[in-house]
Amino acid sequence: MKKKGLWVRTIIILAITLLGIYLVFGPRRTPTGADFTWSGMKANLASNINLGLDLRGGSHLVMRVKTDDYLKTLTENNAQAALTAAQDAKLPVIGNSATAENGNYSVALNLSDGAQAQAVIEAVRQKVDFANWTESNDGTAVSWSLGSATQEILKKQAVDQAMRIIDSRINSFGVKEPTLQRHGAESSGQILLQMPGVDDPERIKNLIGDDSVLSLVKIVSPGSPQDVATFPTREAALQSIGGKETGAQRVYPFTERDPSTAKKNEAEVKPPSKFVVVELPPVIDGSEIREANAVQQTANSPDYQISFSLKPGGATKFGDWTGKNVNNYMGVVLNDQVKSIAYIRERISDSGQISGRFTKNDAADLALTLKSGALPAKIEYQEERTVGPSLGADSIESGVEASLGGMIFIVAFMLFYYRGAGVNAVVALILNLLLTLAALITIKSTLTLPGIAGLILGIGMAVDSNVLIFERIREELRAGRSVPDAIGLGFDRAFITIIDTHITTILSSVILYLYGTGPIRGFAVTLVLGLLINLFSAVFVSRTIFMWMLSRNAKMEKLSI
Amino acid sequence: MLEIFKNINVDWMGWRKPLIFLSILILLAGLGSAIGRQITPGGTDAFNLGVDFQGGTVVTAKFKQKPAVDDIRSALQGVGAPEAIIQDSTDKTDEVLVKVPNLGVREGCADEKGNAIPEAGRCIVKKALDTFGTEAPGATQLPDDANAAYKIVGTDAVGPVAGEQLRNQAVIATLLGLVGILLFIAFRYDWTYAAGAVIAVFHDVLITLAFFSVFQWEVSLTVLAALLTLVGFSVNDSIVIFDRIRENIGLHRGKSIYQLTNDSINQTMSRTIVTNGLVFLSVLALVLFGGEVLRGFSLALFVGSITGTYSTIAIASPIAIWWQGKLGGAKVKEVLVPEMGEKLATASRKSVTRRPVTR
Repeated sequence: MKKKGLWVRTIIILAITLLGIYLVFGPRRTPTGADFTWSGMKANLASNINLGLDLRGGSHLVMRVKTDDYLKTLTENNAQAALTAAQDAKLPVIGNSATAENGNYSVALNLSDGAQAQAVIEAVRQKVDFANWTESNDGTAVSWSLGSATQEILKKQAVDQAMRIIDSRINSFGVKEPTLQRHGAESSGQILLQMPGVDDPERIKNLIGDDSVLSLVKIVSPGSPQDVATFPTREAALQSIGGKETGAQRVYPFTERDPSTAKKNEAEVKPPSKFVVVELPPVIDGSEIREANAVQQTANSPDYQISFSLKPGGATKFGDWTGKNVNNYMGVVLNDQVKSIAYIRERISDSGQISGRFTKNDAADLALTLKSGALPAKIEYQEERTVGPSLGADSIESGVEASLGGMIFIVAFMLFYYRGAGVNAVVALILNLLLTLAALITIKSTLTLPGIAGLILGIGMAVDSNVLIFERIREELRAGRSVPDAIGLGFDRAFITIIDTHITTILSSVILYLYGTGPIRGFAVTLVLGLLINLFSAVFVSRTIFMWMLSRNAKMEKLSI
Repeated sequence: MLEIFKNINVDWMGWRKPLIFLSILILLAGLGSAIGRQITPGGTDAFNLGVDFQGGTVVTAKFKQKPAVDDIRSALQGVGAPEAIIQDSTDKTDEVLVKVPNLGVREGCADEKGNAIPEAGRCIVKKALDTFGTEAPGATQLPDDANAAYKIVGTDAVGPVAGEQLRNQAVIATLLGLVGILLFIAFRYDWTYAAGAVIAVFHDVLITLAFFSVFQWEVSLTVLAALLTLVGFSVNDSIVIFDRIRENIGLHRGKSIYQLTNDSINQTMSRTIVTNGLVFLSVLALVLFGGEVLRGFSLALFVGSITGTYSTIAIASPIAIWWQGKLGGAKVKEVLVPEMGEKLATASRKSVTRRPVTR
């Protein structure tokens, strides 16, 4: 054995071990004396390792943006806008239609005079964004449809927008260290939200999924000083507009005052008292809101209302419209319900109020929702996993106990069965555990319950490597080879087997990581790390220890194995 | 040297027919259980799928004074969830797991604004538990609230779509993993060995699933993790023996592949016993003391640790031999580890001249 090579190996091992100890137990600041005590090391370990939600407690939510609904709404709105644009330009349009089913989204305008088709297209282009739609014109109708590639792009935009909005909502709600990311395939429209430390996500779920849409609309009614036209039933309201709703006129319920005494958490939805007819599209919609706040209705009142102000563009539009509609009635619509009605006394520019008796929390949540903008489409929850901090702590405890118990048993057996060589195995095992944790910390991966399972399997494979090597050395010794030869051959030959078993497992783990979801990934990551490190600890380190023994006694005749 | 096994000489391959017969018997029992349960009207399904794969809600509740399981069951019936399954936690005496299928919208389950909650699972379970006293609210821990009787410490809710997605993803990931293993073994050894190892892995997974169907153990995501673990474990075991066969083929050109396989299994037997014995004992400890959450995981590994070892001898090796027999003799790649293999081949040959391989 070459002495120099041995020294190099020893220095490499010591350096890596020290680095590992520092990564796992070292503080991320200037060390103090306390860092070398048992409790100080434990505290550092706890702050260095990034525990998964199943171990530290928290909430894991998978939601899906209903992107099909988004495209449907977009199509319907465009159909209405196109019709309005063509009519405003006094072109011969006799009707519109919107198709939104089975992945087909299209808008059509029917013309009474086919010769005007080009003029209609021009007029619509100026008002409606049909940029990526496929245009066609068959003489009697002009239509626009969405190709599948464009659909995917729009869906992706909708999910991105939803993520931005959800992000701003949870941030203003004060959730600490949330992670928000896309989940599953790109086209699935899924979003994963993880919130450490949250063990009752109901209110947050409601807040995130709140599709509150605010709009200001014109109420169809004779102007002031006459009272606003309301109807006692939906049917009566429908009759006033010729029996059915059109794209431009809809019937909405109007609740003059929310009963503030309504019990919480009970589906006690009182029938709305009245109905009104409103004009669509709205004058102002939620995207034009700049600021919204919950304010007390009067000093010391338990009731809250929401005051809002508009962005400059919205304010100009609103100013113009109110200027033209003095004495008409205007309604504040929230989620297809008219919340309050006011008559326009004079031109209003940029702010308004939603009265109604909200509780403090409701008003605050609603203001938040309005401020963050409307979600592009509804959200549905697909998966919710919540682990309370106590359950998480229990899981850590049983996981650590099981691992330690297993380790102690294995160590005892290896020392008993392989005697002196057993020490090598024990050193290799401990080093494997230390370095795997260090690697986890370095790549900033989270340790989860399945991750602990991967760690345990890695330890199992580490034991197997040692057993393979030792059994092979024993075989060579039995065959009458000298101790140094037996060790050399044992390592060399077992190494081929170890490499093959490790590569197979690493290969399947990588595939698991690529195609698996959260918990499976955690398992795959720790397992791959454990195996890679095992090649170092079980083969390189263990062999170096044997080499040290040989270098002290080159003519060793008996090996404790 | 402390040795458990020395100079074993068992004709393993002579046992292949009875062993394969045994495997087929267990697989048929599993198949019978799965099909029988599926077609029996009103009976259970082929597998007892957890909420991860079929959707539903599991609520973990911690009690100050845990009520009797029957009382909890009748409380759940009272709120309209008779299909709920109550799992008594064996390791934590104050906790109980309540599992309900996807309930959808239920009357009386609404959020603060009065909108109905789309999935009422947690709400319904909470209603049932409320009959035993109030829940410690928000971030309050159970011992800190003198008036509370219980606290929900964990919730797992999976919608039907997500359940199906998780199931498909799991199956795809596992199958792709197996293809990867197949290709790698074919590259390192030979197609005959690759086929043997992969069929052995399928065998192990199917046998484990057969146990899960017959005994109706719950199949959850953790069981899947265990199945993946045992895939790795089984292949690992097969490779150790194949590696020895490959080495022996290079050393003893005259011997039949039948004899070489027996020799290889015998030579590696003490490793097999030590490693698998250690794994088996750790897994046994996990089954006995691992607790309710890990139950499926431990049981799957328990079955897998036995069948993984067994299948190498009973399935993987006989298939490799049989196929090679069809191909006409040992068409196996010889030791192809470059450089190191050179050194070894000569070194090992020397050792062989001094002793016949363990007889």
